[in-house]
Amino acid sequence: MAFLEIEKLRKAYGPQTVVQNFDLAVERGEFISFLGPSGCGKTTTLRMVAGFETPSVGAIRINDQDVTRLRPNQRNVGMVFQSYALFPNMTVAGNVGFGLRVANRPAAEIATRVEEMLKLIKLPTLGGRYPYQLSGGQQQRVALARALAIKPQVLLLDEPLSALDAKIRVALREEIRTVQRSLGITTIYVTHDQEEALSMSDRIVVMNEGRVEQIGTPFEIYNFPRTRFVASFVGTLNILRGRVIEAASGRIAIDDQEISTARGIVDAQAGEVRSVALRPEAVSLDDVDGGHNKMRGTIEEVSFLGAIVRIRVRFKENAISLDTFNDPGVSPPQRGQPATVAFAREDLLVLEGAEAS
Amino acid sequence: MKRSRVGSWIAIIVGALYFLVPLIGTFEFSLRLRRGEYSFEAYQIVLADPRFQASFAYSTVLALATIVVGVLLVLPTAYWIQLRLPRLRPIVEFITLLPLVIPAIVLVFGYLRIYNSSSWLPMTGSERATDVLLMCSYVTLALPYMYRAIETGLRAIDVRTLTEAAESLGASWPTIMFRVIFPNVRVAVLSGAFLTFAIVIGEFTMASLLDRPAFGPYLQLIGANRAYEPAALAIIAFIVTWACMGLIQVFGRGARGSTPDTR
Repeated sequence: MAFLEIEKLRKAYGPQTVVQNFDLAVERGEFISFLGPSGCGKTTTLRMVAGFETPSVGAIRINDQDVTRLRPNQRNVGMVFQSYALFPNMTVAGNVGFGLRVANRPAAEIATRVEEMLKLIKLPTLGGRYPYQLSGGQQQRVALARALAIKPQVLLLDEPLSALDAKIRVALREEIRTVQRSLGITTIYVTHDQEEALSMSDRIVVMNEGRVEQIGTPFEIYNFPRTRFVASFVGTLNILRGRVIEAASGRIAIDDQEISTARGIVDAQAGEVRSVALRPEAVSLDDVDGGHNKMRGTIEEVSFLGAIVRIRVRFKENAISLDTFNDPGVSPPQRGQPATVAFAREDLLVLEGAEAS
Repeated sequence: MKRSRVGSWIAIIVGALYFLVPLIGTFEFSLRLRRGEYSFEAYQIVLADPRFQASFAYSTVLALATIVVGVLLVLPTAYWIQLRLPRLRPIVEFITLLPLVIPAIVLVFGYLRIYNSSSWLPMTGSERATDVLLMCSYVTLALPYMYRAIETGLRAIDVRTLTEAAESLGASWPTIMFRVIFPNVRVAVLSGAFLTFAIVIGEFTMASLLDRPAFGPYLQLIGANRAYEPAALAIIAFIVTWACMGLIQVFGRGARGSTPDTR
């Protein structure tokens, strides 16, 4: 039995359903991210786990205890908010020790635990400061320490890094992950930033319009997206639209040029319009042999980005973007130049569902 | 640009003179009790008057009681409106504005009608019960100011997120209210408290018609029978009110920021 089980969770506000049929089993110590665009239901789901929203249908179990109808202060879950939510009237030590004081723990125990937490977040000397005297990054670390001080069963983080600038975000997410690993605490992390989700998570739940699109490891989500939404939301993707020549062998015509997939095109018939997708890093600007797909086109745009040169090759209706490393010994290609792009059959992803022609 | 600045200064000077000249005149008159010289004798007489001391003490105690009851009524109400019932805000705001529209004398006559000594709840038959009635009427009179002050304070903090943070750490509602919310709106509560104090100290109609020994009726009594002492009393009343306003400014300036610093 999983440590955290979310079963058939549904949340509706009147006629509008914001979370539909959400199922997830989380093992103890696992780091799960809910990833999706704004309004996809990820925060609502998190809030149902925390107890701030009541599910319309479904159940939530933590360590084999049904917590679905319990109030937040009865669930022993720690939560870190996007706006930090530190208590302005308390010092850093006061904030971190708040949960323990509420639980009437002895003063000595509180002091020891607060000191331990401040060391964990690398702010051992700032216990006497007030939140307004801290930077955003420091405030978020204090918020994390406060949530962890009560030794929660589950740690919930609702876009905790959104309010911070890019450099601090990168540093802090590594710290969060390090702390989470060292404590072995089951964690759910809500974010709309795919880089955060990919770099931090054991598994990712990709959500869209209240539904779960895919659950998998970062490797699976990125390399084997199951739906068009996952493919386009996670990472950059070239989407090519063409007509199926033969579904079983995976042959498809893109702008009158034939290419093929490695695994065939499921549930398709000849003549149907379908889309296939390709990561930019899977494409090379060489006439490569050995079973690779090749397409001939014209260079439409060349963008020099320093270490990377981004090239867009136009066929007719479709175009492909690819990234190559800057080589000082080789000049970038010119616009208007004819070009051949190559990519392995295995790298071509078939997107589900027939399309209108 | 220069023309508009001169115009602003003229407006300020005219306004200041409009308020200050009568005040200076009153102060100057209050110093004239001893013929031929300026002295503070009128103030000494007033401050030594046992009726002044008794009425000021009575109004102060009543003001403190009004403040406590007002805060206990308004703070949880404003908090709950902000947290759970934002749709009721316009209705509650309308209700809190009613005391500004309904004259105090209407309130008093309503009280006398319902609570007179021949009614089913004869509160005016007893002094302590009448004190309670008077305090309740002061709570009503001060409601627009107390509610607005506290509501402004609550808007300055993220009530919902702070509540949820406290709840996720195991806090119950009383703990949240007294350890998280109240300390963070202390300044707003104090602002409301000082405004309430200023209102109660100077109030005449309700105290007079309910026949209570408050400061307002004492001011009126002295004004009807003496010359220089009423002027001294008026200045004392102004000083008390200004002290309250000054304290609001001091506490307001000293308030710590409550929004996250995104440095």
